[in-house]
Amino acid sequence: MSNILEIKDLHVSYGGIKAVKGITFDVEEGSIITLIGSNGAGKSTTLNTIAGLIKPESGSIFFEGNEITGKDPNFIVSSGITLVPEGRKIFPDMTVLENLKIGAYLRKDDLSDDIEWVYSLFPRLKERSWQLGGTLSGGEQQMLAVGRALMSKPKLIMMDEPSLGLAPIVVRDIFSIIREINKQGTTILLIEQNANMALKTANHAYVLETGRIILQGSGEELLGNESVRAAYLGS
Amino acid sequence: MSDFIQANLPYLLAGISVGGQYALIAIGYTMVYGILRLINFAHGDVFMAAGLIMVFAAASLPMYISIPLVIIVTVLLGFVIERVAYKPLRSAPRMSVMISAIGVSYLIQNCALYFTGGLPRVFPSIPWLTDTVTIFGAITKRVTVITPIITLILVVALVLFIKKTKVGMAMRAVSRDFQTSQLMGIKIDNVISMTFIIGCFLAAIGALLYFSNYQSVIPTSGSMPGLKAFVAAVFGGIGSIPGAVIGAFLIGIVENIIKGVGWTTFSDAFTFVLLIVILMVKPTGIFGEKKTDKV
Ligand SMILES: Nc1ncnc2c1ncn2[C@@H]1O[C@H](COP(=O)(O)OP(=O)(O)O)[C@@H](O)[C@H]1O
Ligand SMILES: [Mg+2]
Repeated sequence: MSNILEIKDLHVSYGGIKAVKGITFDVEEGSIITLIGSNGAGKSTTLNTIAGLIKPESGSIFFEGNEITGKDPNFIVSSGITLVPEGRKIFPDMTVLENLKIGAYLRKDDLSDDIEWVYSLFPRLKERSWQLGGTLSGGEQQMLAVGRALMSKPKLIMMDEPSLGLAPIVVRDIFSIIREINKQGTTILLIEQNANMALKTANHAYVLETGRIILQGSGEELLGNESVRAAYLGS
Repeated sequence: MSDFIQANLPYLLAGISVGGQYALIAIGYTMVYGILRLINFAHGDVFMAAGLIMVFAAASLPMYISIPLVIIVTVLLGFVIERVAYKPLRSAPRMSVMISAIGVSYLIQNCALYFTGGLPRVFPSIPWLTDTVTIFGAITKRVTVITPIITLILVVALVLFIKKTKVGMAMRAVSRDFQTSQLMGIKIDNVISMTFIIGCFLAAIGALLYFSNYQSVIPTSGSMPGLKAFVAAVFGGIGSIPGAVIGAFLIGIVENIIKGVGWTTFSDAFTFVLLIVILMVKPTGIFGEKKTDKV
């Protein structure tokens, strides 16, 4: 299979402070790729740069063979990449249904089939269709954020710490949905501090530390790696 | 009692009417604040400019061209102001944008001074609107009666637009969170422009109605109505459209009742006392957001 996304020597800084210091990695089409790393490693910065929210200092980003470096988010979304942002960021004073509809903002076709599809993935959202986003629990908000991202029919969906702050049982639900979405054909780039779940789910993983990739391998390889176990799995 | 109402009816009517005009201005303040967290100090001056454009347009063009022309030019003016004076400051501190807005306000007033030569310009009387009508025994201009009706129709249309359309949904999203809106593919600059366009469209209608009643336009004509509309927006909870409309009608009615009972000198002071009281008692206004997000 070919690479849907290729990142080459990406550098990103915030007003002189370097957050990402030359990372290179690929995302194979149809796979689940994870980037793990502790707080402040530069994970969110990487995803936000791919999504077009931040302009990189140097380096390049290719999506389906076309360069998308520095393009604005509108272009990125319309090319088929969506980001589920850190902290979910659902719109609290819109209903669940409106949140889903706004996820499909750039689409001009009929949404009803896809809304039904998202509701079939997340039956709890269907029951709460008319409820305001802000009144949902953390887990439900995460489901809504994922559902909203799916509504743009992305080829690649990027998720920034979807398990953050959720109870273990809810985390398991979220990860099983991630696998399900992947099975249905969407490539996934997943960022996690929760290395255990992420490595078990991913086909390939990268370890990010202070803006650099220090290690990579299959999920199982990294799960077995001594230094990964010590740093991220607490054993 | 009925004598009292009969005696004060003209004031009440005038209050409802001017309240509607304030409401049309106040919506521009409140929408721009809702989306940019900016008090657009130039908005009252755009309102004045609309009046002045009408003066010059009607001098050489028939009404059926002048009226749409005023609306189009005012909307363009609002669009250009945002693109030139506010958009380049999108990532600058909020204070810089405020200062830019004050600059634009003075610029418009100075241009008006240049074009009018400092003389009050007589506002053309729009036929039908300025005819006299009798309502419950009170004699008034038709504009007095028409204003609240037009205002309510426009407000309902606007609220439905924001609630039901895709663009309206984008406006709500952008006013909540720029970054996440961008992640949905929304172009925030377009949504912000749309907000200014709507605000200036309503201000242009407001100006046509207001000056039909007050008959002359001077470069500072926008200051007082602008300030009152701003207080109305603060009273209603800045960012809230229904709040701004209610605030505007309240201010319009109360200041005219005050005139009715003979305290004309204090009618303007009421607005400012109201502002001070709200800021002390409930700074978020009657419909204000509970939490001050996005700071
Ligand atoms: N908006 C910002 N302004 C300045 N520095 C930032 C900003 N966002 C992140 N950083 C810094 O960049 C580094 C990487 O942050 P981030 O990408 O959020 O890490 P992670 O998502 O891995 O926790 C950190 O040192 C952080 O302090
Ligand atoms: Mg992060």
